[in-house]
Amino acid sequence: MRITRSYIVAMVVFGVAAFLPLILSKYYLHIAILVLLWAFLAVAWNILGGYGGQHSLGNGLFMGIGAYGAAYLVLTWNISPWLSMGIFFVVAGVVGAFVGYLTFRYGLKGAYFALVTIALTEAAVYVTANWTALGANNGLSLPIATSNNFAMLQFTSETGYFYVILVLALLIVLFTIWLASRRFGYRLVSVRENEDAAEALGVGTMSTKMWAIVLSAALTAVGGVFYVVLFSYVNPRSVFGEAVSVQILLYAIVGGLGTVWGPVVGAAILVPIAEIVRGSSLGQQFQGAYLLTYGVILVLTMLFMPNGIVGLAKSIRRRLGRGTSENPPAGVGPKQLKAESPEQDGVAP
Amino acid sequence: MTFSRDVILQAIASGVMVGAIFALISVGLTLIWGVMKIINFAQGEFLMIGLYLTYFLVTRANINPYVSMLITTPALFIIGIAIFRITIRPILKDAPMNQIMLTLGLSLMLQNLALMFFKADVLRIQTPGQTVFLHFGPVVLSLPEVIAFFGSIIATLALYFYLQRTDMGRSVRAASQSPTAATLMGIDVRFTYLFAFGVGSATLGVASALLLPTYYTSPTVGLFLGLIMFVVVVLGGMGNFLGAFIGGMIIGLTENLGAAILPGSLSRVLTFGVFILVLLFKPQGVLSRRRS
Repeated sequence: MRITRSYIVAMVVFGVAAFLPLILSKYYLHIAILVLLWAFLAVAWNILGGYGGQHSLGNGLFMGIGAYGAAYLVLTWNISPWLSMGIFFVVAGVVGAFVGYLTFRYGLKGAYFALVTIALTEAAVYVTANWTALGANNGLSLPIATSNNFAMLQFTSETGYFYVILVLALLIVLFTIWLASRRFGYRLVSVRENEDAAEALGVGTMSTKMWAIVLSAALTAVGGVFYVVLFSYVNPRSVFGEAVSVQILLYAIVGGLGTVWGPVVGAAILVPIAEIVRGSSLGQQFQGAYLLTYGVILVLTMLFMPNGIVGLAKSIRRRLGRGTSENPPAGVGPKQLKAESPEQDGVAP
Repeated sequence: MTFSRDVILQAIASGVMVGAIFALISVGLTLIWGVMKIINFAQGEFLMIGLYLTYFLVTRANINPYVSMLITTPALFIIGIAIFRITIRPILKDAPMNQIMLTLGLSLMLQNLALMFFKADVLRIQTPGQTVFLHFGPVVLSLPEVIAFFGSIIATLALYFYLQRTDMGRSVRAASQSPTAATLMGIDVRFTYLFAFGVGSATLGVASALLLPTYYTSPTVGLFLGLIMFVVVVLGGMGNFLGAFIGGMIIGLTENLGAAILPGSLSRVLTFGVFILVLLFKPQGVLSRRRS
């Protein structure tokens, strides 16, 4: 029943959002698209990072595979980005499997996994920067859309892009709800909470983590394909740069790890903040202003709100006694439980 | 492009020189990990602070870069413990990933603060030694390179013996092996953590004074050098001093040999390639081994 309710909530929320193009100006609609794109990427990251507890600092790698791949196929063979979504879903999944094999095989978790993913993504910067077919340092530019062409995922107005990413984001949210309710979702959470105990209880922790990274990587590449059609441009740093990978996980962490809505809420709050900062006089003077803001937000979140916004809302609701007896949401781990104790000053809003 | 013997010899010599400094910049990270199991993602940015500090001491106050060490080292010690005290200590008992994320946030902040104050310019210093070259057969090395090599080795060894032979060093190692047992032996673990974090960041003060005459500083310098630190530390085994030294040498040699035979910035790819190969075939290099 709870699952059905979650599906309905998701469809209602996205259904309401579908009216946004009617009321938003072009500029704000563009921000709404960015919110949905980053939400999509953060939800994909959350499968491995939030539910599985393996924080990848290199999801830009998978995003870049989708972005570069789609741009290259459009430019050389005029292959539709829709098809690229399928192709690079598979390619990034295979690369994800390689990364997972490389790291999980030796039980490299936590810090090691983070280091390996960040190093691989940085390596991708130098590979693409030296790859002439991919435009080397200049990257690849797609022609600007002159007419609406749904088959080639080209639109002259923001509205077209908005509906595409809205549907993609809805699908990934529904998929996460489904996944979290399946046996696989519970296995994944058990790996996060206590890998040894999970293994002892017969959970194949290796295969669970492998599937999680494959799914996370494959879906991230789909977001990357949309990224490149939206901006018509990709270069090494714009996808493989540290800032991108950090942004992806920032939205998930600030929103609430291992929850369906956390990454969406995080993106919905933080992406507009970045745009406001960028538009401010400080942001005009120096480009890194929004990253500075994000750095501050990340530090403050870890210090005072380690469960993110959704985690905080849940614990407040529970303390007000309106919490139901439903299973603790997947995001409630030891650290979250600790933060819910009243004497922890970290929960004070 | 010639692959002559001399070019290779030169690359090996330069690689060894820079390898020592890679080792020095990495020991702080490996020390902090060894003691409190925190990866400080802002370590590269701490080094950036040291490099800027050195730059301004040299250019504005006209201090010899190697003498500036006497100021940058204590300065980074204080910056390190201040940052530790304010941000990391309150969440020492939280999940390890939370600590990583916090230091990642710090790195993002420091990087962009530097961008705000110092702009994206790449800054270098002029020192008299830069024009002095030492000839060893076919190999030519600049004086700052050689000083950086010996300075790094001396600094790394000094830290090693400090940890091995002094009471403070012993309490640091005791706290890293078992915080509980260390507490029972009367060691103030909280203070020891603070101290170790300070030392881990002070090593970067020494390193920046040695590094700047042969290198540069910019807001993103910590990004690349930070990655070098991670690779070195993972290669050598996290928390392992000797490992950091070997890792530094491997990366120094790879970078320089790569630059000698590969065009453009492809040598960087080679560096990460070596990293992946080691992960694939020599995983024991990446498995954490406690210092004995």
